[in-house]
Amino acid sequence: MMNYDIVIVGGGPAGLAAAASARKAGIEKILILERDDRLGGILNQCIHNGFGLHTFKEELTGPEYAQRFIDQVLEKKIEYKLHTMVMDISSDRVVTAMNHTDGMFRIQAGAVILAMGCRERPIGALATPGYRPAGIFSAGTAQRLVNMEGYMPGREVVILGSGDIGLIMARRMTLEGAKVKVVAEVMPYSGGLKRNIVQCLDDFGIPLKLSHTVVDVEGKEHISAVTIAEVGPDRKPIPGTEERYTCDTLLLSVGLIPENELSRGAGVAISNITNGPVVNESLETSIPGVFACGNVLHVHDLVDYVSEEAARAGENAAKFVSAGCRDMAEGEDIQLIPADGVRYTVPSVINPGRMDRMVTVRFRVGAVYKNAAVSVYFNDERVMHNKKRIISPGEMEQVILLKDKITAFKDLKSITVRIEQD
Amino acid sequence: MIYDVIIIGAGVTGCAIARELSRYQAEVCVLERDEDVCCGTSKANSAIVHAGYDCMPGSVMAKMNVRGNEMMDQIAKDLDVPFKRNGSLVVCIDKDSLGGLRELYDRGIANGVKGMRLLSREEALAMEPNISDQTEGALYAPTAGIICPFRLTIGFAENANKNGVDFRFNTDVEELKKDAEGIWHIRTNNGEYKTRAIVNAAGVYADTFHNMVSENKIHITPRRGDYFIMDKDMGNFVTRTIFPQPTAHGKGILVAPTVHGNLLAGPTAIDIDDRESTATTQQGLDAILDGAESHVKNLPIRRKVIRVFAGLRAHEDHHDFILGECDDCPDFFDAAGIESPGLSASPAIGEYMSGLISSRYHFAKKDSWDPVSKGVLDPKQLTMEERNELIRRNPAYGNIVCRCESVSEGEILDAIHRPLGARSLDGIKRRTRAGMGRCQAGFCTPKQMDILHRELGIPYEKITKMGGESYIVRERSKGGEDR
Amino acid sequence: MESVRELTCIGCPMGCLVSVTMDGKEIKSVSGNSCANGDRYARREVTNPTRIVTSTAIVRDGDLPRVSVKTKTDVPKDKIFDVMKEINKIQAKAPVRIGDVLIPDVAGTGVPVIATRNIQKA
Repeated sequence: MMNYDIVIVGGGPAGLAAAASARKAGIEKILILERDDRLGGILNQCIHNGFGLHTFKEELTGPEYAQRFIDQVLEKKIEYKLHTMVMDISSDRVVTAMNHTDGMFRIQAGAVILAMGCRERPIGALATPGYRPAGIFSAGTAQRLVNMEGYMPGREVVILGSGDIGLIMARRMTLEGAKVKVVAEVMPYSGGLKRNIVQCLDDFGIPLKLSHTVVDVEGKEHISAVTIAEVGPDRKPIPGTEERYTCDTLLLSVGLIPENELSRGAGVAISNITNGPVVNESLETSIPGVFACGNVLHVHDLVDYVSEEAARAGENAAKFVSAGCRDMAEGEDIQLIPADGVRYTVPSVINPGRMDRMVTVRFRVGAVYKNAAVSVYFNDERVMHNKKRIISPGEMEQVILLKDKITAFKDLKSITVRIEQD
Repeated sequence: MIYDVIIIGAGVTGCAIARELSRYQAEVCVLERDEDVCCGTSKANSAIVHAGYDCMPGSVMAKMNVRGNEMMDQIAKDLDVPFKRNGSLVVCIDKDSLGGLRELYDRGIANGVKGMRLLSREEALAMEPNISDQTEGALYAPTAGIICPFRLTIGFAENANKNGVDFRFNTDVEELKKDAEGIWHIRTNNGEYKTRAIVNAAGVYADTFHNMVSENKIHITPRRGDYFIMDKDMGNFVTRTIFPQPTAHGKGILVAPTVHGNLLAGPTAIDIDDRESTATTQQGLDAILDGAESHVKNLPIRRKVIRVFAGLRAHEDHHDFILGECDDCPDFFDAAGIESPGLSASPAIGEYMSGLISSRYHFAKKDSWDPVSKGVLDPKQLTMEERNELIRRNPAYGNIVCRCESVSEGEILDAIHRPLGARSLDGIKRRTRAGMGRCQAGFCTPKQMDILHRELGIPYEKITKMGGESYIVRERSKGGEDR
Repeated sequence: MESVRELTCIGCPMGCLVSVTMDGKEIKSVSGNSCANGDRYARREVTNPTRIVTSTAIVRDGDLPRVSVKTKTDVPKDKIFDVMKEINKIQAKAPVRIGDVLIPDVAGTGVPVIATRNIQKA
């Protein structure tokens, strides 16, 4: 069995940033395991710009952003293995992995960082009626085919779901000469960033139909048309509102699911809301020494936040290893409670003993709020009240909690994050 | 050349008959309109091996079901088919209907079904805690099983092929004519085939071919069944196959684990006109959501579904299998009206039909008939040492292509290069399960395309999901040419 | 005559809602933005809207058949499809490095098209 201080599962933006920061924190033996044929993960296919404004103060494309982190990993001579699939992680941090040169092998890790990312919800999970022909892709699959392999799935496109990848692919397919006829979104609001609606749909006159879904797929061998219909507040189609669109491609951008098969196998507790591990302030899961960051933890909108989060996971894993793989908790944990429109918080528990100077608490809301405020309560006392013009489910929100404030508050049991409307 | 027997249809029925006929010194060929075996009803059903208590005593169905069930262990062993006798429960939720359970039990006894027991409410709930709280009693049939219908069909076909049976794909039969010498001329889109005998195993089209040659018309109605297939984390929701009490229209909405660990709910039973229409409908899917609720509790179908699908049963008006030589048309043999329990009965149908045909034409047995065909090697069944040895010999087994189902490149190469190998994404899927998991081929589609292109030389634009017009990509971007 | 144009700033993923008050063709005021970029974006968007174009180009003998590219800076929005026409004609050859200029001046905009991915020789 091999031994490493830190094994990082996944060489995408999260894994790379975690590796770089763990090395900065002085950890020597780090190994990144990546299943694809190159480092960089999903950024390799995200050729659009908009990455890096927070991290590098400039606007980069996905491959450029990834390369900056890949260069760090190469400069720091951090070991990595490509084409390598992690098959199992045990609760005592033994990682079993496989590739075509090493075969199947085991590694005892001091700490494990989960950075496997997420997958797209497929059409099957929507139980859409109709045929199941060729020509239906999740937006990310189409993105890989177009941007990396150089293929066009089709010329007449309908997109179901207004997640960011769907919006980005609407523009991408249009630029490559396809006609994107409509984007249908079952919710009354878009799941994507506003700027993507402006520059991917509005710029090209592509209609976005909110509260609409696909109710029929035609074509036994290859898709030939879809029917979309308006849905009511119960998200059930309203008879009489059907519209038929001929098409040769249906792209889906209907949600991302953190890929936690390995985490579950290890016995990591998973949140029903995020589908990611339940973590403490150190981004450590329910298994000591197993950390999580990036989209495997919860789905992010911005890679900059992934990098920042992953760097913290890397530091914390380094701290854990340096402390002899020992928990440094002091006293009682403080629960973080999402309430009144806040669906979840990451982390979900804070222990001041392990805490740095501050902790960033990220969350999403369950509906669109206008002129509302994000409030933080220590026990029953409101300690923060940040007014916002708009808060929407498509955009991740955050509050920053300072250790000074937390330790100074007498008898602090719980911290509640809620949306308040004046 | 003139074949001794041509079988129309490479579904489970046609392939089972072909495999049994391959025991004999006869030239046999299977004609299939699709690009692969197992493309019709055989690929879209409940994947159940029924015990045999449903069928009316004395029916051909009853006989074939019970015999097929008995044969399945040996078949599964010989052909390397995932098969498990998980048992079934018919759940009664209404005291007044307990008599119906008794009636099923009696039918089972008359049909020769072994080991059945009538269970009390408590016994049933102890066995399956997730059945309805309204359960009043249940019929338990331990001989019922679950099976991989793809591997069963492919196993029959591969073994038939191994023992000398020809297969012609993308070959659609258009006309049947017998000449003065008694030789059948079969016109297809792919040229003419000649044979002494025809076996009609054409599923929902069996009446079309039968009625081409016989005055005693039969009539088949495509009876559509919609299904939900759920994530593997639901595979332990029930251990046994759970049925409601049957109605005039069928066995009702069952809930069953699959042999690969998913959970299945369905089917509906909707009579339609279009023999091609395997489209699910909202109405059909809603009917399953309602129907499953009656005999299991808190099944989160909507939250756990990974795919919906629909298949067509070939329902003949008299609701029985039609097996045998046509009364008014010698040398034409029907295996028609094969609806549920056709999958369970397939080994028996193969045995019965080949018995009939071989004695009619005095086929002699071959000296060397090999009943065994191994499926695609599944490295997950190996120890770590064995697996490493395999990877040393063939590194492709170290390269995972489908991450959800953990399928390696080695398995996909095996699926492509074996006899009657896969030529499309669905062909690979049915042989290896690549693309059958949670992400439904989202990640592995580009990789599988690379492999099909490299191994079979199929240009990317010609790679299909399931043959025909089911192309995955339309063209290179920017007018570039293929790499 | 005064009029108000409501815009969503695309300067960064915040997506601020920005209001531009116009008097005919003259910009009177900009509000709702949370940084200077928002002000700049809004003023440009109502007078001369521009975008960065990202796409791919054909590359020979590389470890991938396409290299991702972008216009180095913004180009006028109404030139997007002219830019694409020229990008589609690129025939690059591996190796390619991030920042390599593939078109020095695309569609008369004065803006170069550069590679955004390293492509190794296959």
